[in-house]
Amino acid sequence: MHPALSVIFFTVVSGAGFGLVILTAGLGVLGGVPGLGATGILTALLVGVVLATAGLMASTLHLANPRNAWRAFFRFRTSWLSREAVFSVLFYPCVALYMFGLWRTDGAHGIGMSLVGLLVLLLALATVFATGMIYASLRTIPQWNSPLVPTNYLLLSLASGAVLLTGLTVAFGEPPAVAATLALVLLVTAAMAKAVYYFWIGKPQGPTINTAVGPTRARIKILESGQSSDSFLNREFSYEAAAERILRLRLVVYLCAFLLPFVLLVLLLGTDGAALSLALALVAPVLLMVGLLAERWLFFAEARHVVNLFYGRQQC
Amino acid sequence: MKLGLVIDTDTCVGCHACVVACKQWNTSGTLGPLTDYQPYGKEPSGVAFNRVRTYEVDTYPNNKTINMPMSCMHCETADCVTVCPTGASFKRAEDGIVLVDQDKCMGCNLCAWACPYGARELDEAVGTMKKCTLCVDRIYDEQLPEAERQPACVITCPTSARTFGDLDDPDSQVSRLVRERNGYQSMPELGYNPVNHYLPPRHKPHAETTPGASLPSLTERFKSWLDKAVVR
Ligand code: SF4
Ligand code: SF4
Repeated sequence: MHPALSVIFFTVVSGAGFGLVILTAGLGVLGGVPGLGATGILTALLVGVVLATAGLMASTLHLANPRNAWRAFFRFRTSWLSREAVFSVLFYPCVALYMFGLWRTDGAHGIGMSLVGLLVLLLALATVFATGMIYASLRTIPQWNSPLVPTNYLLLSLASGAVLLTGLTVAFGEPPAVAATLALVLLVTAAMAKAVYYFWIGKPQGPTINTAVGPTRARIKILESGQSSDSFLNREFSYEAAAERILRLRLVVYLCAFLLPFVLLVLLLGTDGAALSLALALVAPVLLMVGLLAERWLFFAEARHVVNLFYGRQQC
Repeated sequence: MKLGLVIDTDTCVGCHACVVACKQWNTSGTLGPLTDYQPYGKEPSGVAFNRVRTYEVDTYPNNKTINMPMSCMHCETADCVTVCPTGASFKRAEDGIVLVDQDKCMGCNLCAWACPYGARELDEAVGTMKKCTLCVDRIYDEQLPEAERQPACVITCPTSARTFGDLDDPDSQVSRLVRERNGYQSMPELGYNPVNHYLPPRHKPHAETTPGASLPSLTERFKSWLDKAVVR
């Protein structure tokens, strides 16, 4: 699949934003984010909402006819893209109400606030899950048609949210023990899930050129694509990345998205110096974002749409 | 009704007449235009509803060339419709034709991603998704003589490789063809249940060959040549 920058940016950035909101609201409902006061929590929510919004805005850039984007709310019953749109739009009034409440009550969570916080958390989770399901529901792309895909989207969103929360806690001059520990656990879990995914897509297991063209036993090869230059189909679906490049980018994913942030957070937990803490806590999310951009690029570049079979690929 | 096409890969010669007829009819039809990009440039391309690709099946000496025209299969389980967030894509209950409402489409491409058969192409100039309509603006047109109420590709095919009809009706010509000639679907394992079917090449007997008698001796052959060459 052609890796479209707007979609890569959207899924990474809004995933991180929603992840940050999920963790902040979750910890808030459980009795407050350790180390962060009302101002800190509000800032974290605000950062999360800004990131989520930036991502969602970017996602509209890949629409060829954005004038009709408002219609995307009407097929909630069948379309995951519609569900994503509905969840993300419902999220805004809820999170606004939650933030207003936090500001009024100075961070105290009564029963009402807890309910609103829970609603915010669920809507953010549902949005990220729906994003993953948009891809996972496509039977035409064997590398995406798996529960591993929404799992990865959720875990990466939560892990990046936790790393951001750690950074914010340190930026507020507070001890980040809880947020950092949470981030470590989530990073390890997400890395394992991603490794499982990479292992799973390693072997082509989708339809073959034989069932696509018809004769099921003979060898088939394409003689003529019937077109003198690339069509929409080739531009959208026939993207091929060199194996070497894929390998190099996977290394970037493992290093920048998982290993280095992990090491930095472990160092952070062990250090007392304010300046060093701040440096560690700010570099970790930046590295993570770089790693996740590479991860998302690969997610598209490694996906093989079955229409390629008609253009001569033997298996997808 | 389950309207669709049955395409005979035995008789299709890969002439692309159906591609041209389709483009000609539909570029001024209900979904039109079918935009061309750089039509006079170095790499002309453009929106098409129907494309013909050519394959070599098996290896020498059993190899065979197969032409495979492809357009929307008007699938029974059309995921392109279920994934559409705007409701622009829909499948008509009465005849199973899958269409895109150009006034509702937001050009998100998701339906094209969901289609296994490459039937949907985004018109980058207009910003909406376009696809085969099964010539819905021909087949019901009572202004046309009855014989012409068929998709443009079917009428134009010089070898009659394409047949249009109702695959729900077991007695229709298309159903009979599928039954008698072992019609098959492309990628049935994906479960889209495409309505269009393809007919495999017929098993033709190989040309008769009889083992020749052993060659006559050189003198015999010289004598018979001499007989023919020398006119008495
Ligand atoms: S061939 Fe593609 S566009 Fe046509 S109905 Fe099937 S899935 Fe939809
Ligand atoms: S491109 Fe248009 S028809 Fe296709 S899914 Fe998006 S809105 Fe629906």
